[in-house]
Amino acid sequence: MYNKLERILPRVQKPARYVGGEYNAVMKDKASVDVRFAFCFPDTYEIGMSNLGFRILYGVMNNMPGVWCERAFAPWPDMEEEMRKAAIPLYALESGDPVGDFDIIGFSVGYEMAYTAMLNMLDLSGLPLRSEQRTSLAPLVVAGGTAMYNAEPVADFIDMALIGEGEELVPAVIELYRKAKAEQWDKQAFLRAAAQIQGVYVPSLYTVSYYDSGVIQSITPQDGAPEKVVKRVVHNMDKSYFPAKTIVPSTEIVHDRVTLEVFRGCIRGCRFCQAGYVYRPVRCRSKDQLVQYGQEALQDSGYQEMTLSSLSTSDYPQLVELCDGLQDFCGQRHVNLSLPSLRADNFSMELMQRLQRGRKAGLTFAPEAGTQRLRDAINKNVTEEDLTESLKTAFSGGWSAVKLYFMLGLPTETDEDVLGIAEMANRAVHTWREYASNKNRGLRVTVSTSWFVPKPFTAFQWEPQITMEEYERRVKLLRQAITAKAVTYNWHDGDASFLEAVLARGDRRLGRALEAAYRKGAKLDAWSDFFDLRRWLDAFAECGLDPAFYACRERSRDEVLPWSMISCHVSDDFLWRQRELAHQSVTTPDCRTQCGGCGANAVEGGECYHG
Amino acid sequence: MAKLRLFFRKEGRAVYISHLDLLRTFQRVFLRQGLVLKHSQGFHPHPIISFALPLPVGQSSRCEILDFEADGGADWRSLPEKLNDFMPDGIRAVKCCVPVKPVRDLAALSCQVELLYDGGVPEGAAKAVAELLNGESLVIQKRTKRKALADVDIRPMLLRLQPIAEEAGCLRLLADTAAQNPGLNPALLAGAVERYLPQFAPDFVRVQRLEALDTDGNIFQ
Repeated sequence: MYNKLERILPRVQKPARYVGGEYNAVMKDKASVDVRFAFCFPDTYEIGMSNLGFRILYGVMNNMPGVWCERAFAPWPDMEEEMRKAAIPLYALESGDPVGDFDIIGFSVGYEMAYTAMLNMLDLSGLPLRSEQRTSLAPLVVAGGTAMYNAEPVADFIDMALIGEGEELVPAVIELYRKAKAEQWDKQAFLRAAAQIQGVYVPSLYTVSYYDSGVIQSITPQDGAPEKVVKRVVHNMDKSYFPAKTIVPSTEIVHDRVTLEVFRGCIRGCRFCQAGYVYRPVRCRSKDQLVQYGQEALQDSGYQEMTLSSLSTSDYPQLVELCDGLQDFCGQRHVNLSLPSLRADNFSMELMQRLQRGRKAGLTFAPEAGTQRLRDAINKNVTEEDLTESLKTAFSGGWSAVKLYFMLGLPTETDEDVLGIAEMANRAVHTWREYASNKNRGLRVTVSTSWFVPKPFTAFQWEPQITMEEYERRVKLLRQAITAKAVTYNWHDGDASFLEAVLARGDRRLGRALEAAYRKGAKLDAWSDFFDLRRWLDAFAECGLDPAFYACRERSRDEVLPWSMISCHVSDDFLWRQRELAHQSVTTPDCRTQCGGCGANAVEGGECYHG
Repeated sequence: MAKLRLFFRKEGRAVYISHLDLLRTFQRVFLRQGLVLKHSQGFHPHPIISFALPLPVGQSSRCEILDFEADGGADWRSLPEKLNDFMPDGIRAVKCCVPVKPVRDLAALSCQVELLYDGGVPEGAAKAVAELLNGESLVIQKRTKRKALADVDIRPMLLRLQPIAEEAGCLRLLADTAAQNPGLNPALLAGAVERYLPQFAPDFVRVQRLEALDTDGNIFQ
């Protein structure tokens, strides 16, 4: 393999991402393992290696005796072209062996735009795309990750989806596979048995029928597959694996630092946020363990930057104590701590100033909506005063750049809400004028809007996405309303968000369109340089599918949703209640203040919030 | 406070690590080992660490040189062995010492350039290549910093060329090339073959640095 690679690597960009050999990459003796797992990330090396879940599962699998987990990533198009020309199949970075020769191929799928990259990686491995065309047990194709809460658009291509957190689920599947391999089961027998493991969804064991309207009539499990596949979660974060010793890439990646996961889940319950619902319940790591893991990871990696990661880090109850615990070690080694996901309502300047020695980079807040009414409707629970207070402290503390993130097209949004975004930006400028400690540097306010994509397992899973024309009208409305010189306005390209909305709530009929779009050249849709909506519109038309049916249609409460065989423990009744409260602009308190009765506590035997 | 010099090899998969990435990699390797590098003073302190001669991506080397300053009384004699536990695949520290000569005295590099021919070395190639490289001048086109093409005579920078060895599918050039002010990238010798002897253009070129030499022609320390 490497002899062939040596010839092509001088011609491609950033060749270091294609050779492996990084510090802490796991090498094993092929002869001493009986299950080889190709862990595939359907995006580039720089993105995939930045994913904490990918690192956790790489460690979990390689800690299993007899199992060797190796990595593969989507090649950049220049590399792909060279590989195809030189007849080099997709290979695993550790051994250089072809992915197609592995026992199990596992995809980590974070979001919908990665689907075509999955297909391309299967094709580069020399495998048929469709599950039914791969008749032998090996290679088994599995997929997990947040996008797999609705695996239907890729149901034809994968053999199984793994729902929820993989720390326990992936080893369970591997052990069953090991048994099946030793006893020479056929693929069907293995899939039937695997479907009995909690969290395993085998699409081929479910029959879906449709009404003439295109709406699903019924979903029927077969061969003993469960009516509801229930997600797996880690119960005790203090006992769960943390990759303190993990691969340190030899080339720069997106998140090139230690990622210390402080807790899972989120207490907030923003109604648009899929992660906020599917990662319930909230589970914290203890402060002392985090200090220990943080130091171990910094020591082992040699990184000089660490991020305290979670869905909302300022909600960690012992955040100040945690930072205190890390301060000495970090100070000695010139380590910078960074805190992403700060909220405007509990932003602490003292904390920020302690962490960000030296350079004062920009601050980012995500109010999400421009008026209090709409922020209440989406349960963001951040007030105008919160934001103004935070900005006051930031500007008087010397910061001079602030980014504000919003969504356009949220359910119940009116023109007044859109214009409210411009007013918020203007108020930020006023606050700066009044409170800035150093005006010489000037002010930069960046307002960014994205187009809201309704996702499964959220309060808005029944809502339509607004149409493209309406989205563009609102962008224009906002653009004209933003007049201050210090304010820059960026808006997302609508094409990608439209496709995302189609795929997010799609059913398995979309598989044909997915394949057709792939054949037309879609393969790195997550990258705007390579994404082209026209390919997709052509593909939908060829397959007789209307994308608006998936993106822009309001669903009724009693409609069978394509993902209704999956349970993330949060009940549909709860989500529907949240939707109704949204339409009344009524908020729900966070989980720490008052239990909202979502159902996630069932996992934890009645008591759900810890810490 | 000790100024130190580390000699290391960069081979195999590590040849694709770029200069900047290598800098980051070494900073981390030192930290893993527990050795604290001296940092610059000022608003954004950075570790004091530099490579004597950046190695082009794709070329391997047995004689890379890294100068650094360590805090405190580091036991530098045993350092290479300790560092090797923390290196990515393909990078091996060989020796650490107190610098004998300044980097500006690094005058030449002994290199090996392999011209690979998939269909076997063509008749007459060895002789023609030897004649070309031993000629009076060897003008090639090079991109200048302003991105324009300029003619450069690289012959004066080719300090010594051993007789060319012909093996199965490979012409092996062993040469000493000027290291700096100006230096010659040995890959340009293959570039010259492609330009003047297109009929003998190799299918692939492999370049390896073997030894760094000082102004007296001794091994650079």
